[in-house]
Amino acid sequence: MIQLSNIKKTYNKGAVTAVKDISFSVEQGELFGLIGPDGAGKSTLFRILTTLLLADEGQAVVNGYDVVKDYKQIRKGVGYMPGKFSLYQDLTIEENLNFFATVFGTTIRQNYDLIKDIYQQIEPFKDRRAGKLSGGMKQKLALCCALIHKPTVLFLDEPTTGVDVVSRKEFWQMLKRLKDQGITILVSTPYMDEANLCDRIALIQKGEILSIDTPQGIIRSFPDRLYAIHSSNTYKLLKDVRSFAGIRSCFAFGDALHVSFTGHQEEALLSHLHEKGHDDVSMSSITPGIEDCFIHLLK
Amino acid sequence: MAPVITTDRLTKRFGQFIAASELTFQVEKGEIFGFLGANGAGKTTAMRMLCGLLTPSSGKASIAGFDVYTQTEKIKKSIGYMSQKFSLYDDLTVAENIRFYGGIYGMSRALIREKTDELLQELQLQGEAKTLVRELPLGWKQKLSFSVSIVHGPEIVFLDEPTGGVDPVTRRQFWDLIYGAVDRGVTVFVTTHYMDEAEYCNRVSIMVDGVIAALDSPARLKAQYGAANMEDVFYELARNAKRKAD
Repeated sequence: MIQLSNIKKTYNKGAVTAVKDISFSVEQGELFGLIGPDGAGKSTLFRILTTLLLADEGQAVVNGYDVVKDYKQIRKGVGYMPGKFSLYQDLTIEENLNFFATVFGTTIRQNYDLIKDIYQQIEPFKDRRAGKLSGGMKQKLALCCALIHKPTVLFLDEPTTGVDVVSRKEFWQMLKRLKDQGITILVSTPYMDEANLCDRIALIQKGEILSIDTPQGIIRSFPDRLYAIHSSNTYKLLKDVRSFAGIRSCFAFGDALHVSFTGHQEEALLSHLHEKGHDDVSMSSITPGIEDCFIHLLK
Repeated sequence: MAPVITTDRLTKRFGQFIAASELTFQVEKGEIFGFLGANGAGKTTAMRMLCGLLTPSSGKASIAGFDVYTQTEKIKKSIGYMSQKFSLYDDLTVAENIRFYGGIYGMSRALIREKTDELLQELQLQGEAKTLVRELPLGWKQKLSFSVSIVHGPEIVFLDEPTGGVDPVTRRQFWDLIYGAVDRGVTVFVTTHYMDEAEYCNRVSIMVDGVIAALDSPARLKAQYGAANMEDVFYELARNAKRKAD
């Protein structure tokens, strides 16, 4: 459904490389996640695929159409929700939706079934101007506008950034329902925990793909044994673990530290910590998460 | 230890709408206090009152010993503020930004010079003093922005979603800086959407619909709500929120 081959894009006459030699493909009906921090090149890829930006090198095909030659066909068939809120702030919810429906030669009524679940949540406020909406409501309206012409492919650039946990959960439930209706979805996010909700993910950093696989596949390829270590004083624990010689990596994760070793030095670390005055240390072997894998691949 | 933030039924109304209702809490010196809430819960309103930028409708609050009604200028001098949205001037160099903020807070030239060296060394940015901030990677900018926000030695620093958008390693380096500042006695008041960061706080409050719905250490909140992590605690408290406005 989406295919990129050796895509490269630079800005400022070549001074800044946004993405270098990116290739991957997304299958029909797949929910595919681009996971990476700001500056990774996620938005550049979205703009190239939605025909808003020309790549310096490489080819990209969406829905069987070439992004350069067939840009008009692509624009008719895809829905795009940019990272920055891009609806008309001085139009109401209903006016925005009507506007997008009209531009694509359709009506709200014609495709109401597709957006119903989402639109019903904001419909009570349909006369409110888009500029006066909360983050969660803007996000839902933008999704409705991207869906109103019944696209076959949906591009969502950081739809959940800056939105609270409750709205984020609701949003991913909506995506799941859209996927069940056969829509192919490419979504980007800086939240690593959302990676698990995708069929496949690409971890991306500084314009390069670090790894592409299912979330389970990425977790399985984590090479080290990983431990979670708890103690009552996490900050002191962090400093004392890092000062131990046999540590490969050590990072804070919530109320624990995630630690991997260069050899079998688990017992030695525990006695080192005991000497440092930690008398309530517990250590257990754990399965890594996507964030552990990302940190590992960054090195 | 003496509290550096004390509020007593602090309330802000906008017409009929009660944005923040009867907030009562204390933050101790040297504490990392997480201030969480759903979008629209009233966090921003509360923060603005605590920073002396918005006059409360009723209730009391004292920040670093100063009153939020009558001593707002003294409050502003005693606190630092950093948000991801507004931080440094892109078209000034690293050193110029530090000098600018130091100057605003009335620091002497000698002190600014001394602090600049110290700060650049801590961030390992010695080679970048004359680099325009615009040219720094986002992660460096955020770390620099935090250090600049406490360059005048405030008692309290307010961090409003400081870590959005950076990679997981940089995010953790940022927290190392926060812990370093706490070691030197700074009190940290922080908002975030990353629930794992809530676990780094000594205590956390969660606002829902204008009131503080829960306030305790992460460990006790998790136990109280039978939750595995802070994300589940937050979800349990905020999922029935009525307000969705920002």
